[in-house]
Amino acid sequence: MIGNFPFVAVIILFGLGIYTLIYKKNLIKIAIGITLIENGANLFLITLGYRKGAVAPIYTQAPEGVKMVLPTPQALTLTSIVIGVATTALLLSLAMIIYKKYGTLNTDEIRRLRG
Amino acid sequence: MIEEMSRIVRTITNLIYGFIIVYGFYVIVHGHLTPGGGFQGGAIVASAFALLLVTYGNKQTQNFLVKDFLSYLESVGLVLFISFAFLGLGATFFYNFISNSGGLFGSPAVIGINPGNLNTGGTVTLMNIAVGIEVLAALGVIVLTMSAAAEIIQKKEKP
Amino acid sequence: MRKSIFGIAFLFFAAFMILAAFGMRTFGEPTFSEMDDYFINNAQAETGANNVVTTIVFDYRGFDTLGEATVLFTAVVGIVALFREVAK
Repeated sequence: MIGNFPFVAVIILFGLGIYTLIYKKNLIKIAIGITLIENGANLFLITLGYRKGAVAPIYTQAPEGVKMVLPTPQALTLTSIVIGVATTALLLSLAMIIYKKYGTLNTDEIRRLRG
Repeated sequence: MIEEMSRIVRTITNLIYGFIIVYGFYVIVHGHLTPGGGFQGGAIVASAFALLLVTYGNKQTQNFLVKDFLSYLESVGLVLFISFAFLGLGATFFYNFISNSGGLFGSPAVIGINPGNLNTGGTVTLMNIAVGIEVLAALGVIVLTMSAAAEIIQKKEKP
Repeated sequence: MRKSIFGIAFLFFAAFMILAAFGMRTFGEPTFSEMDDYFINNAQAETGANNVVTTIVFDYRGFDTLGEATVLFTAVVGIVALFREVAK
């Protein structure tokens, strides 16, 4: 039961990200919360494909007679990381345009100013 | 106003900048033998561009890294990647038609544990180089555009 | 008032997920691995590269990489279009 600790670490990351999304008001802190949720999802994908006592799935200078880890979840995690980079870049650019127009980054005041 | 940094930081940047770019291209080209590949090597070269921006400020870097040339390189990388997929249309869409025949990147590989041979790989190596050029140029354009806009926004808020 | 309702719902959700984490399979034994055994045994003979993860990303599942490259290109087009009237 104590060997399931990587799954508990994923839940701690996910819970901290959702806490930041609910209770914080600054736009940059909300962007950090979204990044924490994406990192928790990537970690969960990698820990699904582990075999006990195995090495990385590369044939160059590998030790002899050991098994290899499953390579498919690692390929899917690569794609997910690049999509996370694109999403974060667009989110921060929108935050810069909002600061130029309203003069503040607090979500309560942005909802009230019109025009 | 974003100014340039002190003399120690400028000297270290001038010495190290070339080595980071060479290391990034090494990780891109040897993607089928060691851990790495197109996306990872492109991110390493883009971090060298970010180092130049932090050290020298925005005005001096824009004479050195031209934004229009980087945008042109990004389109070239994506078109090369799609054309390598279309060339194998004799069997299926992404077919590896160079893999075990002769010619460029086409030697057959030794089965089992071996020190790697650079000449193998087929279309995997060519696609690594195309995606590496595209990620390098895309991350460079993102960093340059956001830095120029941040300077304009910071200048306009001071009365 | 709304924040306290969110807080109580979030505590229930976290307790349910921790109970699910202790009831999953043990951490070193995956369930289905026939596809990955085929990739590990046959990737060097068919493709000729030593790195199995790179052949999965670019040769056996190349469509996902095509979609990802298009997403990165679209994000850069969106950022340049957003900042076009700031730099004037």
